[in-house]
Amino acid sequence: MSKSHIIEVEHLVKKYANLAAVNDVTFSVEPGEIFGLLGPNGAGKTTTINILCTLSKPTSGKALINGFDIVRQQGQVRQCIGLVFQDPSLDERLTALENLDFHSRVYNIPASLRAERTEQVLKMVEPWERRRDVVKTFSGGMKRRLELARGLLHHPRVLFLDEPTLGLDPQTRNRLWEFILGLQKTEGTTIFLTTHYMDEAEYADRIAVMDYGQLIALDSPEVLKGMVGGDMISLSTTDDQKAQTELKERYNIQPEYDDGQISFEIADGSRFIPTLIKGLKTEILSISLRRPTLDDVFLKLTGHRLRDEAVRSEFKEIVRQMGRHQRRR
Amino acid sequence: MNNLWGIYTIWYRDLLRFWRDKARMVTSLAFPLLFLVVFGSGLSGSMGMLAPGVNFSKFIFPGIIGMTVLITSFMSGVSVVWDREFGFLKEVLVAPISRVAVAAGKTLGGATIALIQGTLILVFAPLFGVTFPLKILPQLLPVMFLVACALSAMGIFLGSRIKSMEAHQAVMQLLMFPMIFLSGVFFPVNNLPLWMNVLVKINPVTYGVDSIRQLVLGAEPAAALGITIFGHTMSIAEDLMIVAAFGVLMVVLAMWSFGSQE
Repeated sequence: MSKSHIIEVEHLVKKYANLAAVNDVTFSVEPGEIFGLLGPNGAGKTTTINILCTLSKPTSGKALINGFDIVRQQGQVRQCIGLVFQDPSLDERLTALENLDFHSRVYNIPASLRAERTEQVLKMVEPWERRRDVVKTFSGGMKRRLELARGLLHHPRVLFLDEPTLGLDPQTRNRLWEFILGLQKTEGTTIFLTTHYMDEAEYADRIAVMDYGQLIALDSPEVLKGMVGGDMISLSTTDDQKAQTELKERYNIQPEYDDGQISFEIADGSRFIPTLIKGLKTEILSISLRRPTLDDVFLKLTGHRLRDEAVRSEFKEIVRQMGRHQRRR
Repeated sequence: MNNLWGIYTIWYRDLLRFWRDKARMVTSLAFPLLFLVVFGSGLSGSMGMLAPGVNFSKFIFPGIIGMTVLITSFMSGVSVVWDREFGFLKEVLVAPISRVAVAAGKTLGGATIALIQGTLILVFAPLFGVTFPLKILPQLLPVMFLVACALSAMGIFLGSRIKSMEAHQAVMQLLMFPMIFLSGVFFPVNNLPLWMNVLVKINPVTYGVDSIRQLVLGAEPAAALGITIFGHTMSIAEDLMIVAAFGVLMVVLAMWSFGSQE
């Protein structure tokens, strides 16, 4: 393992009974990078984060953060990471200031720095006037921003964000992202992010795509999108089956079918559409052309879309129950 | 040093929350005070003297102090379940303080709150016609704190093992009432049927209540009501050793339990 990586993960496995929530995952993250872990619900993103931040022990494999082993040097690992969880983790009965004060004490921030740091992070994310208000009275977006401020208070080397903008309105999401990007620039903080929002993953320098506990691709968003090549055309027709056969036979195209939409990639989409409209025997109901997105990449890699939620939530529920079962033992 | 800071921080937060929640402070006092008034005044007349100079009112008062400490300490485990439910436990578990410090801070926090509640009973007691010699306070308060620590550790241990609010409440009731009723709070523990005698004597709360009673009533009348094991009547020191031993066991269990939290 070279010294220059801030996060090193090798053959990480987490099993619940016979189910591998994380299955032999290997990757590394460079200092100052925004690293995105992308995948549908239940893909193993949160389990991976929980292992990296010492909340859960791996079944096998190894991981280092800032050179510290996540199993044997938990104290050091915890000191150099900051976390914003998927679910809220503030003490709602305390004020914003009290929550931050608790955090600075348990993270050993020297008393002389505490007030200054607290003011600095709070002013970045919150109306400073509300610092003495009980957190219970805050809106969802304010709470999430306060959590972000708290995660930054001890100047972590790595900031873990587990679905940081889940359930937030677009405006708040944008503000949060402005802040995160600024932070990465000014402080050089490494950001490790999980998300299933495509547009959010685009902020990342590199994206690891995860599905059913395995890493299936790892590269920059541009390269990943390049895998799709060309443009994406989606269409719906009066007889999708027939249209697909036609596409295969006449244009030598391998279409994907998902959610009532036929979609395929083609080098020069805008020129192909007129040809298609004239040539296709099946009646076209709608047709659209767009640049490939990470969702298309995901479809290409796995054969299903990121938003295939039904199966996923079932899988996630199994993982959750197994986890509970194991914790009880 | 870091660990001491950690313990202090955890302790401080629990006290801050307690202080914010005035309603809880008042309602948890209402129950013991009700017992004190209803049983004390209601039964005193018909029960006569339980020991020379000790009517039922006098007898039950130290028991009620013990009960208050017990209930409050025991309930301190709720804060762990609560923190898990509301996510704050994660913030604590990923912090760079040792889990041992977390368990210690939680135990001391619960014990301090129980001591405050027990002290409030002492303060209100004269209003209900119960008096006690003030000079015992320097001994009584540390004894109450020791009992509170032992039982808080038990509460924290159980709270860290039980994951859901509902299950926790059920377990608490299942354990708390037998521990109160079979501890000599409401009746003297000599001359009990054998099965009850055994249960009373393996209940660590019995020794806590007995030590408080010996202090409040004075050694002599209390001795007549005291616990005898194989013909030997327990002194305050012996009572406290049992409480302390139980406390150490519970603290170790609580620390282990926090250490293995995922």
